[in-house]
Amino acid sequence: MQWEVVIGLEIHVQLSTKSKIFSGASTAYGAEPNTQACAVDLGLPGVLPVFNGEALKKSVMFGLAIGAQINERSVFDRKNYFYPDSPKAYQISQLYYPIVGEGFIDVDLEDGSQKRIGVTRAHMEEDAGKSLHESFHNQTGIDLNRAGTPLLEIVSEPDMRSAKEAVAYMRKIHSIVRYLGVSDGNMQEGSFRCDANVSLRPKGQKEFGTRAELKNINSFRFVEKAINVEIERQMDILESGGTVVQETRLYDADKNETRSMRSKEEANDYRYFPDPDLLPIVISAEEIEAIRSTLPELPDAKCARYMDTLALSEKDAKALTVDRDMADYYEAVQQAIGDAKMAANWILGDVAALNNKHAIEFKECPVSPEQLIGLLKRIQDNTISGKIAKEVFEAMYAGEGDADTIIDKKGLKQITDTGAIEAIIDEIIANNPSQVAEFQSGKDKLIGFFVGQVMKASKGKANPGQVNQLLQTKLKP
Amino acid sequence: MSKLDKSDVEKIAFLARLGVDEQDIPEYATNLSNILDMVEQLDSVDTQGVRPMAHPLDAVQRLRADVVTESNDRENLQAHAPEVEQGLYLVPRVVE
Amino acid sequence: MHNKTIAELSAGLKAGEFTSVELTQSYLNRIDSLDEQLNSFITVTPELALEQAKQADAQRATGHVGILNGIPLAQKDIFCTKGVKTSCGSKMLEPFISPYDATTITKFNDSGAIMLGKTNMDEFAMGSSNETSWYGPVKNPWQLDSVPGGSSGGSAAVVAARLAPAATGTDTGGSIRQPASFCGITGLKPTYGRVSRYGMIAFASSLDQAGPMTRTAEDAALMLNVMAGLDSRDSTSVDEAVPDYTADLNNSLSGLKIGLPKEYFSEGLDDAVAKVIESAVKEYEKMGASVKEISLPTSNLAVPTYYIIAPSECSSNLSRIDGVRYGYRCEDPKDLNDLYIRSRGEGFGAEVKRRILVGTYALSEGFYDAYYVKAQKTRRLISNDFNQAFADVDVIMGPAAPSTAFKLGELSDDPITMYLSDIYTIAVNLAGLPGMSIPAGFANGMPVGLQLIGQHFAESKLLNIAHQFQQETDWHTQTPDAFK
Repeated sequence: MQWEVVIGLEIHVQLSTKSKIFSGASTAYGAEPNTQACAVDLGLPGVLPVFNGEALKKSVMFGLAIGAQINERSVFDRKNYFYPDSPKAYQISQLYYPIVGEGFIDVDLEDGSQKRIGVTRAHMEEDAGKSLHESFHNQTGIDLNRAGTPLLEIVSEPDMRSAKEAVAYMRKIHSIVRYLGVSDGNMQEGSFRCDANVSLRPKGQKEFGTRAELKNINSFRFVEKAINVEIERQMDILESGGTVVQETRLYDADKNETRSMRSKEEANDYRYFPDPDLLPIVISAEEIEAIRSTLPELPDAKCARYMDTLALSEKDAKALTVDRDMADYYEAVQQAIGDAKMAANWILGDVAALNNKHAIEFKECPVSPEQLIGLLKRIQDNTISGKIAKEVFEAMYAGEGDADTIIDKKGLKQITDTGAIEAIIDEIIANNPSQVAEFQSGKDKLIGFFVGQVMKASKGKANPGQVNQLLQTKLKP
Repeated sequence: MSKLDKSDVEKIAFLARLGVDEQDIPEYATNLSNILDMVEQLDSVDTQGVRPMAHPLDAVQRLRADVVTESNDRENLQAHAPEVEQGLYLVPRVVE
Repeated sequence: MHNKTIAELSAGLKAGEFTSVELTQSYLNRIDSLDEQLNSFITVTPELALEQAKQADAQRATGHVGILNGIPLAQKDIFCTKGVKTSCGSKMLEPFISPYDATTITKFNDSGAIMLGKTNMDEFAMGSSNETSWYGPVKNPWQLDSVPGGSSGGSAAVVAARLAPAATGTDTGGSIRQPASFCGITGLKPTYGRVSRYGMIAFASSLDQAGPMTRTAEDAALMLNVMAGLDSRDSTSVDEAVPDYTADLNNSLSGLKIGLPKEYFSEGLDDAVAKVIESAVKEYEKMGASVKEISLPTSNLAVPTYYIIAPSECSSNLSRIDGVRYGYRCEDPKDLNDLYIRSRGEGFGAEVKRRILVGTYALSEGFYDAYYVKAQKTRRLISNDFNQAFADVDVIMGPAAPSTAFKLGELSDDPITMYLSDIYTIAVNLAGLPGMSIPAGFANGMPVGLQLIGQHFAESKLLNIAHQFQQETDWHTQTPDAFK
């Protein structure tokens, strides 16, 4: 039988606020256990939550960015369940009235086409603490530093039909939240996590098949692998006439398999009801508009602008706009040197290559936009050639200083003095009579040989344009 | 009408993670059934179009400024905790 | 000295007739010698009290101090007090030494008041007789075989027995007013959100409200002056200016329009109690008030509505008390669920369990709309009734409870009848209105409380109405013989 894959994602994004969603404790990552868990985060008797307005603002920004309905009245509900990383034994979330209603995003697929993925809703909630199983014999240690970190849970429609589509959607959401600055999107630190609902149905059937929920997948690569192994697992079951059980499964990256989490299954009845400690959140149309006016240019708009006004190719424009830090870097360089194409080539080429090689994010790139500008200006004013510039760039990346310092120190300044170049050319001509003869008898291609010889003799510093021109003159029979 | 039996009480007690002595279950079942009978008076009330009332003053949520106001107070907060080691609260091993 | 009010004691301190240390010591002595009969304190804090008293005296010597400076008070054990056991009447929190102070406690500390100790109460404030306390029942100072009412039974008994000039209470369905009525003292439940709930261990978050329990309305005004106000730590506390609650005490009641809901004088009300209430109302007529019969047609919905909303909220609120981070933990839990189930099973008493089970059931899948949402709707109908009534009258009066204090053990096996003893007080919590109980006389030798109900934020008005009554009557000055 032909099977169709149906995937919906729930993405949990930690909002980058300084303090927690309902307390004044810090959200900074990596502190000593429980040193950032205050009385409210610990759920001591008598404590009460007070809502952080920044979490609301950031959630609304996201909603506006995906063209979603912003609900002027939203309500926090309690989701009741016992688990040691959930200190109140309920999570404050939004079930019935979420802050963000329906929206959508367009994602680019590998074949170059676009697909619209629906976003059902996005709601605010608090993160749980962490359970540490390693250090204690037969016991689990609970660290509640993360408890109360604001989350935006973004729920998609079951619109994706392959693991690749799911990853494309996830990347796009990641790009948007980073553009908006609503989250640092750091997946290693758990700021951006994903649950995937996966099911199969016979091609052409309308009803959905039974789904499994894959929990807490924390990298783009694992999302794709986890979904694919889950698809295989379900297909094996269905092909052999079995039925898929609705359950929560965990992806084991080491074994590349998913396994059932029975512990999460027992009698789930979350008994949602509106949290009486918190009141309805009301935001006016004016306040929403005020937030809209602070939205930065988003990747799609930026990409279109690069194509329209900077005349970049679609491929380059897309590549430059996925990551906001890269786009900001690009714009700084492009504006200063006034050459959109040159800036794009350098950033997508040499800069990106070294960043990738060293696994460095754009915002941590050791060569600042100002330094790169300094380098490219030296190409433009013929101080160095493009080839030498690559050498200088590598030195800059290694922290040896800015372009001018390196050019000076290494004596890389281009030779533009005609007399000096002519002297080199004369010597080359004198030393290669047979090649000269061949050239003069019509073998034009040999010009490359002579340029190469001259560049070699000048240690690459001779201006290639001048070399070419002078050679043409001198080699004329 | 709403007669709860032993298994209902056991199910609810587990949801609430609440130990209830075996011999007390019939009494809880009776108590609970009586309470539910009493609250069933509400069924006869016409509440069509009535907005649920969550807060007596129908107030709305105030927003807190995003400022860190709390500092590390772990020692004080853990002083009387049942079981703590290396700053972590300990519970019997949780299997995931 | 122990028969003086806060206002009188404050004047005595100011005039230098005695020091706070002397005053505090005299109350500590009374507690020491008399509380054995009553069991009204869970924790007495003599060292802390005397230290605070010393500081209060020192502060007084340096100049300007507030009216409550140096005044000893008793705090209901529902308020978190830093460094002091805060048990909420439960074995579950027997080991809980609070690491922080409730906002109400901070405010009293800042005012220079002294804490004598923490008063006994129904476990997690769930009860109407103080018999559900893990620390044993409190006795009614008027008759030691009777209950003091609940849940603030310890606070009511303390004030009635003159073991403290005043105390704090909390009121979710009548827990200040009903014990005030049973013990013959003055109790005020403010408008919901008037007093911060931060640090007050939650029973039913949308109903809970703290208030003063005192000898007189004037003292209640002095206490409320300290307690009331917006708290940035409590989202449900209200941003409404706090007046000086003593300012209107002496206003004339001429022209006051009193409403008497006919539903509060129907079957179930003890005849002797009804007579006391009627004569109290006559007293008001003598002061120039007019009386009108009104109707609160949804009165019969209050108890069922309450017994959905309160248990639902409590089932969730008490889930955090799970033996993981504080409080009681069972011996040798074999796994996580065993830890939860046994700790909570061994730690919570029968009434608390009953309510957790009811609430858990009411919120569970398939029942939420039928129970909780329905109750939230009938709650609005009840609130609308009051709004309508207040279009015609300034204050609603009636009994605070259908009877006087019942005997210990009389109703403890009968939850529903026990619940009905709050029949006149519960609707006020559902509507979030301020309500008071003031001593209005005696029936069968036991005190009877007159309930006053006002519009939202009408505390000043209620205090004025109560104070004027206390100028004309002396019920509030009566003291049980054994504690004179």
